[in-house]
Amino acid sequence: MSDRLYRMARPEDLRVAHLDSFMAVYHRSSGITHLITAPAPEILATLGEAGMTFRALRDTLGSEYELGDLDDAALAARLDELVAAGLVSII
Amino acid sequence: MRHVFSVRIGPVGFRIGSDWRAPIARLESLYADYPAPRDDVPDFNVRLFAARPWRRFVRPAVMIGGDFVLPEAAPLPLAQGLLAAEMGMNLQMALGQRRYLLLHASVVERDGRALLMTGISGAGKSTLAALLGARGWRLMGDEFALVDPGTGSVHAFPRLVSLKNEAIGVVETGVPDGRFGPLLADTPKGDIRHLIPDAAAIAAMDRPAAPALILFPRFGFEAAERDVPPSEVFVRLTQASTNYVALGERGFDALTRIVKTVPARAIDYPDTDSAITQVEALWAAL
Repeated sequence: MSDRLYRMARPEDLRVAHLDSFMAVYHRSSGITHLITAPAPEILATLGEAGMTFRALRDTLGSEYELGDLDDAALAARLDELVAAGLVSII
Repeated sequence: MRHVFSVRIGPVGFRIGSDWRAPIARLESLYADYPAPRDDVPDFNVRLFAARPWRRFVRPAVMIGGDFVLPEAAPLPLAQGLLAAEMGMNLQMALGQRRYLLLHASVVERDGRALLMTGISGAGKSTLAALLGARGWRLMGDEFALVDPGTGSVHAFPRLVSLKNEAIGVVETGVPDGRFGPLLADTPKGDIRHLIPDAAAIAAMDRPAAPALILFPRFGFEAAERDVPPSEVFVRLTQASTNYVALGERGFDALTRIVKTVPARAIDYPDTDSAITQVEALWAAL
């Protein structure tokens, strides 16, 4: 896992609307709307188009956001969900 | 088909064909003040037909067909043919409408601004819309709010107001000058009686309005109010829309625009007088 590079789906594939603590994301490729909340928006923002490894993502999230008790297992689970939804791809 | 009636409700034209005269005669009477579809071309067709030729005469049962159908829809007795026609028109809208984002909501308008009321069946959408329509508001519709994805404005769809069970008596009392259709007893939805929108609502049905307030009413509780956060509004309106998914990105843009720009409140009310008071107070505070 640690060597793999994760990155956010291409911005042109997403339509985003910020709604209070949630973010509505329309995924153009699938036509599915996702309503996501912390830490998913932070994960997408951190990964960006360039992408990064799991370890770099964890460290950046830890230093830039207050995400409480987000341990490695929880972060991996959230990342898997975003990959399954097509909002994050593995390079 | 043997008998045909065409009508335009707001921007949507319908052509209803029937194997029987009776449902068409009812429609002609109740929709007498409505125009024909633009250029006589309907957007949707509804067919009321007999499943077998002899069922036109023997225990006549009305099957609902049209451009869009539910394959397992049960037939209705001929005495409920008007309900079949209304269900058929609603079905075309719910399954086939692509021009507007459809929200299952009642809508009334005042000063060019629209109040949308949405909620589960029994929440009082139709009742409140009918009562407000008799108290200085313009009735824009009791079933669907038609949101234009391009402008964000709401178009009227003032079909007959469908009143069920206890709501019938409430509106008969609250709208003493109202024109009503026949009482349809013991339908699959209980007793039903239709209220014809007043002349002002029909005359102004081509005039859209800007959405100004979304209400989520709930009947049967002590009077209470709360703000509804945008994320909850978004979820509830996607659930209240019959074509959000079908519209794709246009639906997303139209819905998020409403959610981000229109305030939303949930109200509980014990009776309709209380609800009217709450609505007027919320409206005045905008």
